[in-house]
Amino acid sequence: MSELLGYRRALAGTQPDYLHPRYKSSLKRAPAQPLVHLPHTLSEITGPVFAPETVNVKACDLTRQHSGEPLGERIIVSGRVMDEDGRPVRKTLLEVWQANAAGRYRHKVDQHQAPLDPNFSGHGYAMTDSEGRYRFITVRPGEYPWGNHHNAWRPAHVHFSVFGPAFATRLVTQMYFPGDPLLPFDPIYNCTADESARQRLISVFDWESTIPGHALGYKFDIILNGRDATPMEK
Amino acid sequence: MTLRATTSQTVGPFFSIGMERLNCAELAAPGVAGERVTIEGRVLDADGVGVPDAILELWQANSHGKYAHPEDWQEKPVEAGFQGYGRIPTDEDGKFRFTTIKPGAVPGPDGKLQAPHIAVSVFMRGLMRRVVTRIYFPDEAGNAGDFALSLVEAGRRGTLIARKVPGMDGLLKWDVIMQGPQETVFFDC
Repeated sequence: MSELLGYRRALAGTQPDYLHPRYKSSLKRAPAQPLVHLPHTLSEITGPVFAPETVNVKACDLTRQHSGEPLGERIIVSGRVMDEDGRPVRKTLLEVWQANAAGRYRHKVDQHQAPLDPNFSGHGYAMTDSEGRYRFITVRPGEYPWGNHHNAWRPAHVHFSVFGPAFATRLVTQMYFPGDPLLPFDPIYNCTADESARQRLISVFDWESTIPGHALGYKFDIILNGRDATPMEK
Repeated sequence: MTLRATTSQTVGPFFSIGMERLNCAELAAPGVAGERVTIEGRVLDADGVGVPDAILELWQANSHGKYAHPEDWQEKPVEAGFQGYGRIPTDEDGKFRFTTIKPGAVPGPDGKLQAPHIAVSVFMRGLMRRVVTRIYFPDEAGNAGDFALSLVEAGRRGTLIARKVPGMDGLLKWDVIMQGPQETVFFDC
């Protein structure tokens, strides 16, 4: 008999629910019916595989995509993508996007009265190496106001999209910065019940990845669902 | 060592900045085997209003029922020009549309084949994590005994099955309805 290894499910409280009254956009978009539990099949343990040759230096250096240097504080964001057992997730695609140093996105919907930067597009992508490592060079994104409630401000953050090895491991998240005073007030950051799960979204200042005289380093490890220990029947 | 999976956060309203590079609404290159099908629909909120800032990701097998992935153990051919992945953002009315080939049947956990289906993730502003659903095909004998459909109460299964359009061969309709009496079935995946 052949067997199939599924992926583990989230521990209670470590992933956000859909409905969060404090996050207004969730009210009319969160599913109201309970989710139907789907044991993983071949459809969920497989997923898109991307070719590494599409990744180039400019894709992971957001400060070198234009003729001039973007404004703001240059930073290195690096880390490892691992599964819950600490195994590296190799050759997997990461996509990032963020506001510029003034807190403005290069997007037609963003009407925040802060300047666009002609030298900063705010997107990049990278593929993890054989140890699951990735590294982006960018500028520290600015905080910005949003319309969720009176005087609402988003803490500085970088959006991350990660595929992992399977449909079941797909993750989109946001990386925050240590010591950001806006974090306690942000409904998005606070959507997750488990405090330590929230704190794992905060990058760690990292001397080791700093480039002397050039850029400070922040470390952000991303953990994807681990593999089940017990196989299911195929 | 036991780590805990990183918490999901919303894609927000500006995801196209980072995601549009991989947008793909034509999943099959010319010459790829299989029955061509165009699937279109809308993502609708609780008021029936189109969601203009949602993005769908699709994952499917080729017409032989083979995934282009190293863990698909089946001795079936993969096809150049068919990865099986698609990514389609909604437009200002919440509409999406893509063209692909109808996937073949893939193995299920009960020793039977699953009915042909496309695995779907939907991300949007307002959702802290993706919703996961499936698109099945109309008039498909295998739907009746399908493993995943059988997990769903009978009255809601129809939300997972695309509808034919009279007089329009090769066109199917399928909507993603976030709330209400016709709420789409979403899976815990």
